Amino acid sequence: MNYQVPLMSELATQGIKPEVLFWVGCAGSFDDRAKAITIAFVKLLNKVGQSFAILGTEESCSGDPAKRAGNEFLFQMQAISNIQILDSYEVKKIVTACPHCFNTLKNEYPQLGGKYEVIHHSEFLQSLIDSGKLVVKGGSFKGKKITYHDSCYLGRANDIYEAPRQLIEALDAQLVEMKRSKTKGLCCGAGGAQMFKEPEKGTKDINIERTEEALATNAQIIAAACPFCMTMLSDGIKNKEKENDTKVLDIAELLALAEGL
Amino acid sequence: MNIITQLIFLILLSTAGYFIFKSISRIRRNILLGKPDDRTGNTLTRLKLMTLIALGQKKMFKKPLPALLHLAVYVGFLIVNIEMLEIVADGLLGTHRLFAPSLGVLYPILINVFEFFAVAVIVACVFFLVRRNLLSIARFKSSELSSIPRRDANIILVVEIILMCALLTMNSTDLALQKKGIEHYFYTENFFFSGLIAPFFETFEPFTLQIIERLSWWVHIIGVLAFANYVFYDSKHLHIFMAFINAFYSKLEAAGKLPNMASVTHEVKLMLNLPTDNGEAPSELNRFGAKDANDLTWKNLLDAYSCTECGRCTEQCPANITGKKLSPRKIMMDTRDRIEEIGKNIDKLGKANEDGKSLLDDYISSEELLACTTCNACVEACPINIDPVSIILQLRQYRIMEASKAPAAWNGMLSNIENNAAPWKFSPSDRTDWVESINK
Repeated sequence: MNYQVPLMSELATQGIKPEVLFWVGCAGSFDDRAKAITIAFVKLLNKVGQSFAILGTEESCSGDPAKRAGNEFLFQMQAISNIQILDSYEVKKIVTACPHCFNTLKNEYPQLGGKYEVIHHSEFLQSLIDSGKLVVKGGSFKGKKITYHDSCYLGRANDIYEAPRQLIEALDAQLVEMKRSKTKGLCCGAGGAQMFKEPEKGTKDINIERTEEALATNAQIIAAACPFCMTMLSDGIKNKEKENDTKVLDIAELLALAEGL
Repeated sequence: MNIITQLIFLILLSTAGYFIFKSISRIRRNILLGKPDDRTGNTLTRLKLMTLIALGQKKMFKKPLPALLHLAVYVGFLIVNIEMLEIVADGLLGTHRLFAPSLGVLYPILINVFEFFAVAVIVACVFFLVRRNLLSIARFKSSELSSIPRRDANIILVVEIILMCALLTMNSTDLALQKKGIEHYFYTENFFFSGLIAPFFETFEPFTLQIIERLSWWVHIIGVLAFANYVFYDSKHLHIFMAFINAFYSKLEAAGKLPNMASVTHEVKLMLNLPTDNGEAPSELNRFGAKDANDLTWKNLLDAYSCTECGRCTEQCPANITGKKLSPRKIMMDTRDRIEEIGKNIDKLGKANEDGKSLLDDYISSEELLACTTCNACVEACPINIDPVSIILQLRQYRIMEASKAPAAWNGMLSNIENNAAPWKFSPSDRTDWVESINK
């Protein structure tokens, strides 16, 4: 299959308005590990024939890390510029694989004039399954033990706990919960712009604490739904020298692999 | 004789009432030192939240055993206070068990219910005392729980036990006096719990019994009045009232949503040559973010006064769990201490921030602020919807936007966003490089 990744600007010249904009996010665009998530998701979009496009080089940081670090100026500069671009393409519906972009676009852009239907890729994929567009066969994941790490910006921030779990169950896998999950889920340590600096002095790194909890479930796969969580948990697994036994995979990657994409 | 005791009672009651009123006025004034935050509208949703969170204690039940015992103390507090009606009426009118004749058979039933809860309160408070002081529970041992908050917690528990013991002593001596046929102590039917203690008192002389009965009555009522004053003056126990107000004014939007600063929107639109909403800069230019407690919103301050220092937030905080300095409970305690101090400055000096101190740096260090992952675990854990993240974020905003203080790594991240449109130093033109590899 020859995968297509249309650009908004290209489609606009042909007078085409795609149904949904895929907001790739900075991690999904630049971070090597997160790029694999982006590719997996795009393959799924292609497979179901979803009409979509990306902004390409017109996309810019949503402003989330600037806002959480405390720089409201920079956040609003980013937000208002992004809204201008989104509005110029008359975007109505946005899907993103990054819970931080998702939270910011969904909750913090409307007051600045950017009103869109914003969906996280876990919910989007769930809706593709529900509507029968995406038929999942368990395949290689059948019966495997998978634990799901809740992203704070999906879970507590936006009350999305079930969609990612239903995707895992759709794989015929055995979903095992960590000691702290759902509303009590432990942060990976990257939120609030922590991703971009060293942690403060303490007795342990947060991602190590969380990785230990994930490993305690004896799951073969740790499923994540956020590129930052992906980095933190992958680092944790490396630290524990468990790369050969335990994989950290995004839910989009799980589905793409199950589909043989 | 009677008229004198009535008079003493009246003076005690009105003095206590006056000081409680003064305390409430002070707390209200201090909370309103905060900046505006529109929490109007959605009254029905808010009432529903208040019913579930404060009255129904929904979030407490994440820990079932403490929740049940807490419920016993709480219901006990409400129920036993109904008996206060009779005690106050008796005190003012010089009567004895005023409601007994008119309530008939209902009266002993009511007293039995009161006594049941009095016993439940004693059991629960003893359990809480043991748990707090003898068992090793991390959230009761944290460093922010210095001697003063620890003493506060123990005072509350001990006073509640004393009040309930006084109530039971009063009733059991009354029963003993009834049995001896002493005038004035008319027959009321047996009360179950005090009936168990009454035989012990029956061995006493009527005169001694009368002294004990009256003494218990006075200890109970003076205790209640003194305790109420203590609670309103400066105690974490204020949550019994504030929980309701605080739950009512809860944040109704998604927990992940942070408010956008309107004054910044105006500036940014000017910079981008976009039409602004009103054409003119907002008239009142406050500092960006918060340096001191009175830069925070009134809701942040209400949160601080509502906090009962249970530490469920800190127990869930990923930074705290991994040994960092940050403790959301300390953020709330510091905010309350500082706004109290600012209030005192106003009373003494007429000005709020003339003491050269501020919430940031003097109370809350940058190290604490920087450790927050904004994961909202503390907000989720709080039984009454207190939001420490909101305070942390406003202090961070001041640090970066006014004091230009950010860790070097954050400065790098911020300038990358500004210059490269991403928090990492990649060329914006490489943003779609990943597309090439998809068909490989």
